[in-house]
Formats: sequence, C-alpha cells, structure tokens
Amino acid sequence: MSRPMITARELSIGYGKTTLLRDVSFEVERGDIFVILGGSGCGKSTLLRHLIGLETPLAGEIRIAGIGAPRLEGAAPRYGVMFQSGALFSSMTVGENVAFALQEWTHLPVDAVSAIVRAKLTLVGLEGAEGKLPAELSGGMRKRAAIARAMAFEPNLIFLDEPSAGLDPISAVELDELILALNRNLGLTVVMVTHELESIFKVGKHCIMLDHESRSIIASGDPKQLRTESDDPRVRKFFNRETSVPQWQ
Amino acid sequence: MTDEETMQRPSIVFDERLSLVVGMLQRFTWEESKTSDTSARIELGGQITIDDAAALWKRISETLSDVDALREVTLDLTRIQKIDGACMALLVQFRTELRARKVGCEFVSGSDEVKRVVQLYGGRKKQRQARPKRRPLSAIEQVGTATFAVFGETKQILDFMGRLAASTWHVLRHPKSLNLRDVGLTMERAGADAAPIVLLINFLIGFVMAYQSSAQLKQFGASIYVADLVGVSMTRELGPLMMAIIICGRTGAAFAAELGTMKVSEEVDALRTLGFLPLPFLVIPRMLGLILVAPILVLMADAVGIAGGALVASLTLDITPTMFLIQLESAVKASDIISGMIKGVVFCAAIALISCQQGLATSGGAEGVGRRTTSAVVSILFTLILLDALFTVLLGVFGI
Repeated sequence: MSRPMITARELSIGYGKTTLLRDVSFEVERGDIFVILGGSGCGKSTLLRHLIGLETPLAGEIRIAGIGAPRLEGAAPRYGVMFQSGALFSSMTVGENVAFALQEWTHLPVDAVSAIVRAKLTLVGLEGAEGKLPAELSGGMRKRAAIARAMAFEPNLIFLDEPSAGLDPISAVELDELILALNRNLGLTVVMVTHELESIFKVGKHCIMLDHESRSIIASGDPKQLRTESDDPRVRKFFNRETSVPQWQ
Repeated sequence: MTDEETMQRPSIVFDERLSLVVGMLQRFTWEESKTSDTSARIELGGQITIDDAAALWKRISETLSDVDALREVTLDLTRIQKIDGACMALLVQFRTELRARKVGCEFVSGSDEVKRVVQLYGGRKKQRQARPKRRPLSAIEQVGTATFAVFGETKQILDFMGRLAASTWHVLRHPKSLNLRDVGLTMERAGADAAPIVLLINFLIGFVMAYQSSAQLKQFGASIYVADLVGVSMTRELGPLMMAIIICGRTGAAFAAELGTMKVSEEVDALRTLGFLPLPFLVIPRMLGLILVAPILVLMADAVGIAGGALVASLTLDITPTMFLIQLESAVKASDIISGMIKGVVFCAAIALISCQQGLATSGGAEGVGRRTTSAVVSILFTLILLDALFTVLLGVFGI
C-alpha cells in the first residue's frame, strides 16, 4: 500500500486561546477526492488553512507526502490551492495569474510559459480568456481560472475551499465535472471543503465530518454510505437536510 | 395588504406623520380590561402598520410599567383588520418581556391574515434562549482593554519589523526575488503622478510664506531677507514635510487600502501558497519605490517653493529674481538641501512602512480596510511630525 498523501495526527487547531478542533486525526490516500464536511462555523476552512500551511496547529502533526511542516514561501509550490473567492490577483490578467508562479520558479522562455498558460486555461474551459482581468469574469469563471492557476505547476495534490459555493447550479455541476476529470485523468489527489450535498455525493470518495459542538470528527468514510448507514443523528441530520429551524405553529 | 394597497397607500400630511412618529396620534384601538385580580385582557383593533409603531410602542411601555400585580395577560387580536411585521415584532417583544417577568401572555383569535403574521413573527414553538444582556464596561475595564490593545498592536508592529528585516536580508542575498515591476510602478504612481500636486502645493506654500513675511520685513527695511526666510524654510523644513504629507494622503492611504483589500480577499494567502514571501513581494518594492522618488520630489518642492517666494518678492517688494537668487545663494547652504532630502527619504520610508504594516494587518472585510486605511493615515501624520521634531533637534545638536 502506498504512503498516504496527507497524514494528520492528533491535531488541535484554533486561534489564540480559542480551540476550534481537538484530537483530529485522518489520512488522505493518493488519488482520493477527500471532502471535509460540516456545518457553518465548525472549522472546515480553518482545518484546510492548517493543511495548506497557512496556519500552524496548536498541537499535533501534518505530513504531506511524508514531509512535515514545510515552509510555504521561498520554494516552488508543492500543491495547488483554490481559495473560496478564487483570490486571483486583481491587478493581473487571467493569463498573468496562471503564469505567475511559472515565471518565478522555472526558467522557461516566455513563449513556453504562454503555451502552458493557454493549455491550462483550455483544460478548465477558459480558452481565450488570457487577456481578461478577474473583474471581467463571472464567479464560476473566476473559480475555474483559480483552478488553472493552482494546476499551473503540475501538482499531484490540490486543495479546494468551497469550490461550488455561490455558483448557479449549472456552473456548480460543471465545476464538479472538472474536479472529477482532473482526478480521473491526472490521478490528482483532491482535498475539498464543502457543504453542498450534490457536490459531496457526486465527487466525494471519502469524507470526514466535523462537528461544532464536540469540536472533533464525528464521522468518516464514503459519504454515500454514511448517508444511509450512519447511526449518528448529527450525520443523518446533515445528509438528510433536517433543519433545526423551529417549526411554525 | 395587497400590492395595490401598498402602492396606493394614502398620503399622510406632515404634522399627522409627526404625531404618529412621536406616538401622540393613535389610529388603532387598545382596550385593557381586568378579567380577575391577576389577569387582564387587551383587545387590539383597527389597522396597525409601521406608521403606528411609535404609538403602539408607547402603549406597550405604559402597560409594562404597570403589570406587577398580574399573572396572566391575553392579547386578543380579533378586531385587528391588518397588522404588519414591524408592529407584530413589537407585540412579540411585549409578550417576551411579560414572560420574562413571570407573567403569562398569549395571542388569541385574529383573522387568517393576522394569524399568518403571528405564525411568521411569533409562532415559534421553541423559544430561543434570551441572549444575556451585554454589560457596559467599567472605566477600569476600558482602560485595561485599551492597554491590552496597545500592547497587541505594538507586538504586531514589532513582528512586522522583524519579518521586514529578515525579508530585506533575504532580498539582499537573492536580489532576483525582488519584485522590480512594483518598484517601477510605485515610482510612477507616487512620483510622476504626484509631481503636479506636490509642485502646486509647495509653490503656494512659498508664495504665502513670502507674502505673509514681506509686510513685516518691509517695516524693518529688511525686505531682501525674504529670500533667506523662504529658502531656508523650504529646503530644511517645508519642502520635505509638505511633500511627505501629500504622499501620505495619496500613496500611504492607497498602499494601506490596496494591501488591506488583498489581505481580506485572500490574495496575500494565495501569494504565499505560490511560494512568494509577501514582504519582499509587496512591501519592499513599495518602500524602495518611495525612497527612490523622495529626493527628487523634495528637490522639486524646494525649487517651486522658492520660485513662489521669488514671485512675491518681485511683485510686492521690488526684488528682482537676480537679487533674490544672489541673496538665496548666501543664505542656503548645500547642507540645508541635503538635510531636507534625507528628511524626505526617511519620511517616505516611514510612510511605506506604516501603510504597508496597517494594510497587511487588515481583517474583517470592507469595514476593516476602511478602518486600517484611516489608522494608517493618522499614524503616518503623527509619525511625520514626530520625526520632523526629532530631526530638528538632532540637526541642531550636530550643528548642521
């Protein structure tokens, strides 16, 4: 069995004196589409920020491809990241955004970088958008461009923070299809945070569910199986969309 | 209320509206009756809309001030023809207040339309727990909180300075890691683009200074010394200071807002995930760009300020430009000009440092960007005055 892509052991994460999650342990296998689930405010995105290396855990260890706590800065990107808003550099064109890391970390001539940029944008269905500014793109296009930027350095691991949040149903499905295609055709390991059920069942192979109250993982496994087989009322409530909004008289 | 009724709402004259707002005029009925020693019934009737909210709230407040003997209040909604959400919210608040005082309260009856509003605003089976009231902080607590905030901010600034020193060392060792594109861009935006306003302001400063002093100097027959006054003031003090104040307002605020927006839109995080250090990439180029344009802007500011003074001297004191320049040559030394240029460089470095630090410390969305931008401008202005005073003392001590 190959070494896991990500190993998280006994993680405690939070900010300052606030602990959001305690004793969180899990593994992400290579080639997996791993979904971090949970209600709003349970620490999904914060956990993702810790996995990416943007924050340091209060306790515990994260190893990516066997390497623990690498420095993000000062080296070529080891994995791709797509932030919730896309986080494209607003002063640069889409092409410049995708080319940005390539220009810095490779010694490729400009023509070669342009060819790679075009190929990456075609991959995400944005051919011909090189010259556009992020402000000229729709929400879905911006997220696609962010995936192209994350894919620019040929990573074998990509982190996605709420990829389909705020998108219309068609754009959301298209994005899911893109994630599946990248995983299937390139063997890309995907770690994504979402609470969109359609997306979870469509693309998720494994998942962990976080809970705000217990501040820990309350379920893990195949999301489709969890939906039908879990005995935990919190898991059933999430997957079956049981609302906690008070009933009207 | 139908859409048509809403659109065709009868207009109310100003004094009637004023009366409604202050709660004097009541268009609905509120009849209280005691059903026993400990219970009361309130029958509401008529149309109760947002225009009647003040009067309704007044009645609610009056009733609440006199419910100590009651154990049960029934709100009968039978005769209400129409009630909107705002007024229903007030009635729900009335019920919550009564229940908090251990007085039972129920809404009864009402038309289907009224019942639907009751269900929407007050029909929850499960009542949420009342939020604990926020206690105002005492004076000592406020002082303590403010002190902690100052320590927190100081820690942030020291952390920033430490990281900046490390990043500067990194750039010195790896010059290729410097974002030269932003150096040029900063020089263009803060230098070339700011030149017209810097020139205009300093010209006017020189002009006004000469104009104000000319009358005084004339009285003592010392008109020619207007060249000394304008020359020394502009080169040593006002040229660099006015230039820095303009750069603070134009460029400092722009840096803080730009970096703040990048921070809240996760662009700074994205930069890190692509392997870039934010400080060499975002801060050092801006600081370098400003430092490089500072001496040029100071020289230009000095020149036009003196030109403004020369113009006034020529127009009001009959001092020809040649005489002005000869006097200026004897009054202004090279050290005056150089000390002004050094001041300008230090001022610009401070502007870049403070604005970038404040920008990168932004959190909390658009409101946070605005707060940090304001904070940056105020901090820069304070620092400029402080640095200027420090320079004046130091230059005086060293006899420069």
